[in-house]
Amino acid sequence: MSGKTLYDKIWDAHLVHEAEDGSSLLYIDRHLVHEVTSPQAFEGLRMSGRKVRAPEKTIAVPDHNVPTDEGRAKGIENEESRIQVEALDTNARAFGVHYYPVSDVRQGIVHIIGPEQGWTLPGMTIVCGDSHTATHGAFGALAHGIGTSEVEHVLATQTLIQSKSKNMKVEITGTLPPGVTAKDITLTIIGRTGTAGGTGYVIEYCGEAIRALSMEGRMTVCNMAIEGGARAGLIAPDETTFDYVKGRPHAPKGAQWEAAMAWWKTLYSDDDAHWDKVVTIDASEIAPVVTWGTSPEDVLPIDAVVPDPASFAGGKVSAAKRSLDYMGLTPGTKLSDIAIDTVFIGSCTNGRIEDLREVARIMEGRRVKEGIRAMIVPGSGLVRAQAEEEGIADQLKAAGFEWRMAGCSMCLGMNPDQLKPGERCASTSNRNFEGRQGRGGRTHLMSPAMAAAAAITGRLTDVRDLA
Amino acid sequence: MDKFDTLTGIAAPLPLVNVDTDMIIPKQFLKTIKRTGLGVNLFDEMRYDDDGNENPDFVLNQPGYREAEILVAGENFGCGSSREHAPWAIKDFGIRCVIAPSFADIFFNNCFKNGILPIALPQEQVDLLMKDAEKGQNARMTVDLEAQTVTTSDGEVIRFDIDPFRKHCLLNGLDDIALTLEKAPAIDAFEAQAAQARPWV
Ligand code: SF4
Repeated sequence: MSGKTLYDKIWDAHLVHEAEDGSSLLYIDRHLVHEVTSPQAFEGLRMSGRKVRAPEKTIAVPDHNVPTDEGRAKGIENEESRIQVEALDTNARAFGVHYYPVSDVRQGIVHIIGPEQGWTLPGMTIVCGDSHTATHGAFGALAHGIGTSEVEHVLATQTLIQSKSKNMKVEITGTLPPGVTAKDITLTIIGRTGTAGGTGYVIEYCGEAIRALSMEGRMTVCNMAIEGGARAGLIAPDETTFDYVKGRPHAPKGAQWEAAMAWWKTLYSDDDAHWDKVVTIDASEIAPVVTWGTSPEDVLPIDAVVPDPASFAGGKVSAAKRSLDYMGLTPGTKLSDIAIDTVFIGSCTNGRIEDLREVARIMEGRRVKEGIRAMIVPGSGLVRAQAEEEGIADQLKAAGFEWRMAGCSMCLGMNPDQLKPGERCASTSNRNFEGRQGRGGRTHLMSPAMAAAAAITGRLTDVRDLA
Repeated sequence: MDKFDTLTGIAAPLPLVNVDTDMIIPKQFLKTIKRTGLGVNLFDEMRYDDDGNENPDFVLNQPGYREAEILVAGENFGCGSSREHAPWAIKDFGIRCVIAPSFADIFFNNCFKNGILPIALPQEQVDLLMKDAEKGQNARMTVDLEAQTVTTSDGEVIRFDIDPFRKHCLLNGLDDIALTLEKAPAIDAFEAQAAQARPWV
């Protein structure tokens, strides 16, 4: 019998029941809840007279709809957004779950505050009515998004009906060249394997370049597992993980910490584990990348040119044509000649303190180009506070950035932060779909360092040229 | 979930094919935070004019059919998107049973999740029930899930097929959650064991 993968081990440790038809009942350790996908689920509980089975394992926070201006404490203008946020407020209090309201400094994007508060721990099962739940996989937790019916199911039963995915290994060997970051790794993987490359799999990221990443970087990588089509992404926990977790408000303490560590250290894939699919990428071949189209797989190194749709095969030919049309780009144009008018730094992919430090480092002694709207939206109130304490906030404000309150913001434009038709944005978020950041808006995905470089020059720019 | 055993009520005739989910509940009503309350917008574009006045010709606006609990319709009912808002709107209006020659797959599944019984019957039998429904409010049909029969106002009995597991769930008011809750002892046991093995969780 072959050994187990990390995914196998976490799965086995959470299996409540297995039916003959292969569907399994999996116990859920943490349930994260936000305002958009939960109202009907809570209402369902009310209508059937059910309770939240484990309110102590349920954490609620509003993030998608909240405005990011400092006056937001006075209330949300858009009525539908306000009602959704108010519904979460009422539900969280009525059902007694952990709750971080808009006014709480700990409020922020659900996938940022989970790890920040120590709710996210190695070996856990974590779900949320949100596809980017994959982020928490960076801790060696099995974490994925679910639908509203399933949100209600988890609230009521603390379990989820699941069938097991296949195991996929993505190994990044060697070390990253200078100027190349976690975002470049994750975008490059999707560029290679495509947005359906991970369909049916749970991916484990491994290899020297992954090991060398900070927790922030690992979260960036796992965040976009979903863009690669996978159910979840995982990275085996190690000293970097344990150091990050230790001392967080909800992390175990004392003897419990020791017990937890003893188990966490067993959370790795056995040498003889079976992999259904393996992808290996040499880190030295990864360059700073940007997206040129309207799918996260439309990725190229910054020194490339806009591709000719005819160079693709099958249905991708017409998709690329449509993308370029939407993006207003001509084949053959150097990517570094593409002028932008907006820079968005934030989201659950790149809204953490390390991302802001990186931006500050690139901006040292430089300014946002005249006429460019550049906004920084910290992923949580605590990230914002820390950046203020470190002097990063003042530096970036002086350099010409807007300094916002925490939330999802322009990642999806459910709040007032939106692109106007035709506006072009250098964005650190994870989706470049048509209309994602606002109707008619054009999104280029990239790392925080690359977004900072674009802010300086007003066009897509190779950050290595600034160094 | 509400149980479904027998239902005797007014049946509304809607002799249209390909009734899609946009017709059932247009997309401007999806921003709601509720599953309930959608009934007033059921079939919104057919039911109201641009100023929001009722269209007197639409079946559910006619006096005999305002209290309809059964809907008889044409083939491929519920095609279009997967929005669960469609069955939510139907149920909120008060309809618990839809009879048609065929249904779109996702809509069909969503009905069972929401305590609605979709019955697929051969076209001739739907035609017969359509005629019966057209008789108005005095023509009450009876649907008996246990016996798997629909009885017309004239006492004619039509048998229908249903997946035994789904029948069991509807009869007992079991949804996914209720079924999982039947395994509560296993969940309790798991929690007890996990509290020992991983007390920090
Ligand atoms: S930041 Fe963007 S991707 Fe992340 S949870 Fe919010 S909307 Fe979703």
